[in-house]
Amino acid sequence: MTKVTMTVNGKAVSGEVEGRTLLSTFLREDLRLTGTHIGCDTSQCGACVVHVNGQAVKACAMFAIEADGTDVGTIEGQANADGSLNVIQQAFQDHHGLQCGFCTPGMVMSAAALLKDNPKPSEGEIREYLEGNICRCTGYHNIVKAIMAASGQDVSAIAAE
Amino acid sequence: MPKDTGIGAATTRREDVRFLTGRGQYTDDIQTQGECAAVFARSTIANGRIKSVDTSVAAAMPGVLAIFTGEDFAEVGGNPAGWLINSRDGTPMHEPKRPVLAHGKVRHVGDAYAAVIAETVAQARDAVEAIEADIEELPAIVDMKDALVSDNYVHDEIGTNQCFDWGWIEDNRAATDEAIKNAHHVTTLELVNNRLVPNAMEPRCSIGHYNPGTDEYTLHTTSQNPHLTRLLISAFVMGIPENKLTVIAPDVGGGFGSKIYHYGEEALVLAAAKKLGRTVKWTADRTEAFLTDAHGRDHVTKIELALDAEGNFLAFRTETMANVGAYLSNFSTATPTFLHGTLMAGNYTVPLVYVNVKAVFTNTAPVDAYRGAGRPEATFSLERVIDKAAREIGMDPIELRRKNFVKPDQYPFASAAGLEYDSGNYDALMDQMEKVADKAGFEARRKESEAKGLLRGFGVNAYIEACGIAPSNLVGVLGSRVGLYDAATVRVNATGNLSVMVGAHSHGQGHETVFPQVVAEMLGIDAESVDIVHGDTSKIPFGMGTYGSRSLAVCGSAVVRATEKIINKAKKIAAHMLEASDEDITLNDGVFSVAGTDKSVSFGEVALKAYIPHEFPLEDIEPGLEETAFYDPANFTYPSGAYCCEVEVDPETGKVRVDRMTAVDDFGNVINPMVVTGQVHGGLGQGIGQALVENTTYDENGQLLSASYMDYTMPRADDLPFYIVDHSKGNPCTHNPLGVKGCGEAGAIGSPPTVVNAVIDALQSGGKNVTHIDMPMTSHRVWSAMNNA
Amino acid sequence: MYAFDIERPASVADAVAALGAEDAQALGGGQTLIPTLKQRLAAPSKLVSLGAVSEMHGVTSEGGNIRIGGATTHATVAAQVGGTYPALADLAANIGDPAVRNRGTIGGSLANNDPAACYPAAALGSGATVITNTRQIAADDYFQGMFTTALDEGEIITAVSFPVPEKANYQKFVQPASRFALVGVFVAKYSDGVRVAVTGASNDGVFRWTAAEEALSSDFTANAIAGLSVPADNLISDLHGSAEYRAHLGKVMTGRAVTAAS
Repeated sequence: MTKVTMTVNGKAVSGEVEGRTLLSTFLREDLRLTGTHIGCDTSQCGACVVHVNGQAVKACAMFAIEADGTDVGTIEGQANADGSLNVIQQAFQDHHGLQCGFCTPGMVMSAAALLKDNPKPSEGEIREYLEGNICRCTGYHNIVKAIMAASGQDVSAIAAE
Repeated sequence: MPKDTGIGAATTRREDVRFLTGRGQYTDDIQTQGECAAVFARSTIANGRIKSVDTSVAAAMPGVLAIFTGEDFAEVGGNPAGWLINSRDGTPMHEPKRPVLAHGKVRHVGDAYAAVIAETVAQARDAVEAIEADIEELPAIVDMKDALVSDNYVHDEIGTNQCFDWGWIEDNRAATDEAIKNAHHVTTLELVNNRLVPNAMEPRCSIGHYNPGTDEYTLHTTSQNPHLTRLLISAFVMGIPENKLTVIAPDVGGGFGSKIYHYGEEALVLAAAKKLGRTVKWTADRTEAFLTDAHGRDHVTKIELALDAEGNFLAFRTETMANVGAYLSNFSTATPTFLHGTLMAGNYTVPLVYVNVKAVFTNTAPVDAYRGAGRPEATFSLERVIDKAAREIGMDPIELRRKNFVKPDQYPFASAAGLEYDSGNYDALMDQMEKVADKAGFEARRKESEAKGLLRGFGVNAYIEACGIAPSNLVGVLGSRVGLYDAATVRVNATGNLSVMVGAHSHGQGHETVFPQVVAEMLGIDAESVDIVHGDTSKIPFGMGTYGSRSLAVCGSAVVRATEKIINKAKKIAAHMLEASDEDITLNDGVFSVAGTDKSVSFGEVALKAYIPHEFPLEDIEPGLEETAFYDPANFTYPSGAYCCEVEVDPETGKVRVDRMTAVDDFGNVINPMVVTGQVHGGLGQGIGQALVENTTYDENGQLLSASYMDYTMPRADDLPFYIVDHSKGNPCTHNPLGVKGCGEAGAIGSPPTVVNAVIDALQSGGKNVTHIDMPMTSHRVWSAMNNA
Repeated sequence: MYAFDIERPASVADAVAALGAEDAQALGGGQTLIPTLKQRLAAPSKLVSLGAVSEMHGVTSEGGNIRIGGATTHATVAAQVGGTYPALADLAANIGDPAVRNRGTIGGSLANNDPAACYPAAALGSGATVITNTRQIAADDYFQGMFTTALDEGEIITAVSFPVPEKANYQKFVQPASRFALVGVFVAKYSDGVRVAVTGASNDGVFRWTAAEEALSSDFTANAIAGLSVPADNLISDLHGSAEYRAHLGKVMTGRAVTAAS
């Protein structure tokens, strides 16, 4: 077992892990941050996307040991300080950008990473950026719309309701 | 003015907050002190005789607590089929036992023959690898046509690979044959409805718990249908008394059919929990999901359409082989028959329909209902052959459909396939589709595409489906072994807030938001004071779960009935409080008043009074304010729609891109248009996925080649367009109290033929004489079709 | 996954030493290796993570070449190479998805030599030099078949040096599920000739389409290859496309890359 120490959602945490312990396992089982989900074995579905040193990373495709000393952000740390939904989360609710909610944490984390680099992405840029996030419920329409809205773009012309 | 609360309001979803902040609780998120892990030993061959399973080495490995094999469950019951189908000759279908763990034979890759319980998942996996199973490999039965003539059987004891040979409507067979023989024109099409994997993003997971002090079991599981799971485990598989088993389906990450059914893993974790006195958890990985979740579709069909010289439909006749896989999943026999054959008249006044379905056992995963369940297969066959017929007789495909539509003055309409459609207006939907899709602008868009070197096509489709599944009396006659009602309890608490216990289960559909809209509207109270309780058999009276677009139409109706009972009782209490007679009490905006006076009490005051029944006339009114209703509908509901699609095809590579997709649906009344639109979007995404990219491929040895997201294509955001969705032309359902029809499956039913029709149109516009391409229309298939044309 | 240890050396020398252990294996970004480990298809005793080896990170220009450290991520290449070698930056910007690009490395990709990966096409198509802890290997000598390279046991790709061409372009026709290349073609025009490398298509892994190179060296237009065909022998045939289709796509993608080259 190896001791790892990292900052998760602004708090210093540490734990003992095996070499094979994935970052996603450390978050879910050791820290009980179960908002990071596991939807596949091939690092394609993106339900586990977190931020490591500000970059979107698939937590199921990184070992906890490799995250030693890093700053990790998960879905549990995304809300505003007062607990209210942040602008991306709020846009997902306002525009019905989620249904079963399982892919949602990864979608929100990917969207946050995108908007950090590209504050006003086009529809095409959003769709391309979400290549590694699979949703089975929404057909993506309202996810793309929510991200456009979160970036301050007028989405009123994109289909009603 | 759109409303902002109650029925018809696009209320945002309250459940979103927990999902958006990582506080949802899916089954695998539940971590219990002292839980141990189950891992299954699964067959790597498709068909094999189990000669021995030696677990001695595995049992001695670190952390191993117990090992189960098929022998351990040999004496308990099998997981049954929920629907009896009789063959044309009157004989009942073959129902081989589906054991908890394979016994005697393994019958598909992924079939579990042993399970290891260990302290950790890794230890259990290590031990699974140490199990020495001697399994004699037999030739795999994969192709349905071969299976029907082979003397190599998936189930030796039944001596055939044919589960049943079903005819619908058998009495119409001779007349249909005659009509086709004598018709002016007959269009014939052979097609494949490709096999799909539902792929809910949350893999299945089950946690078994046993309390030796009370002899009670608790199963947390990823289910759309916790009461049915409890019933099947209790009555058929394990014999646990129903009152000793609680099934809880907490937040569930999508189902699409695959989580309706009871699976052996659920029984295993319960048996292991009892044996060990420990909580036992199993979580599928994605490859296990591909190998063992019930798959969908997988029909091979020949359809013929007979027309007269004017283009009137005279008859449809189909012959279908439907793959049921290695074992009968719970509704696998209903899906290709009554959920399919009864829809084979479509939206049309065609007088004759004859459907023949042969269900075939193969050494593949079980096949059952997947979003749409039988109805996509019906719509696909019909709407493809109609499109082909239109080209053959030189008629516009929309005109040909309109010519044969059931007209608004014909309802209730008895279809030639045995259903009674209650309401609809297919021409109005088609009109609206042409308008919102800007069909008039298509030719200009086609020229723009051609200027880019791309072929553009326009495809159209009309569908009808039967959902709100459904009336117990009818399905009982048709062979269902369960009732298909639903139930709700409305509990008004003393402080005036409400808990509504519903038998439907929400795994993305938004029940926690939508059902309160109904109750709040009826009572005139704030929807925020109404909470929905679902997914826990210990808290809910009963329920038949969520599938077949039934939650609102059936369970929502039960909610209405229970709320009506609440209103009736509350009026009595109000009358008592106001010293008036019951019939003089009116309820408006949450206030009970005596008609013609200014005397009133609020809903909250009545609620409080119900639980502090001082001076109650107890002979007339019991204390408390809680009512339960079971609702069993009079008929299916019949959503319908007109869809169109525009695609661009790259003639060099065969790559298809959906540029525009329009869905105009008649869902009757709509409670929450935002949620309804979202349901359609999801169905469209899956339907386009089926049409273009998704396919489940077994090789001739029964190996699943598409067993991960590396080889099974899930549609991504950049594969799909923004959709145009319209449900403004609804005709209310005539037989349920909300006038709702159900919207969960429509998108997946209406879109596949629309996309195929559009691709064929595009290729023909480019001078390619391609009349059909099987789904999925991958780039490779489209390119091959162009080159062979 | 089977159990293993992870070491995170800070220098190439330490990494090489660590890889001397029996059944030790290098870990780049892990985007292919970790899924492989999950399936228990590999059983290393130890993984030697190269992520902390600072000398293997980063992009530098030297003469007409770009040198990319072996542990440099796809995202970094996409962000930093665009000014000097835009075709290479574009290629890196379309590998996998954004989260994968933030972890996956050029050295890991080339060491793995997946027959459908993008980087092998860039390296072979550019005539790049693979620089290891012990030697320099010309791309033409480096790729030796599907998942097979000239690397010795324990040898680490410390950097890759790409000669910058006059013009180049990469066209990827994606396998729709994995988003790897069903067929990808990298075309690079140098003063002394054109190189064309095809990935995704062959059971032998990435290969040069020499007939197209010759034709394009004298006439750098899509028309120049009109009469040619990608040799169909030993092309991959699977559920995503036949050998014939892949050969066809190879030609189409080559033509498009030539037209788009800048």
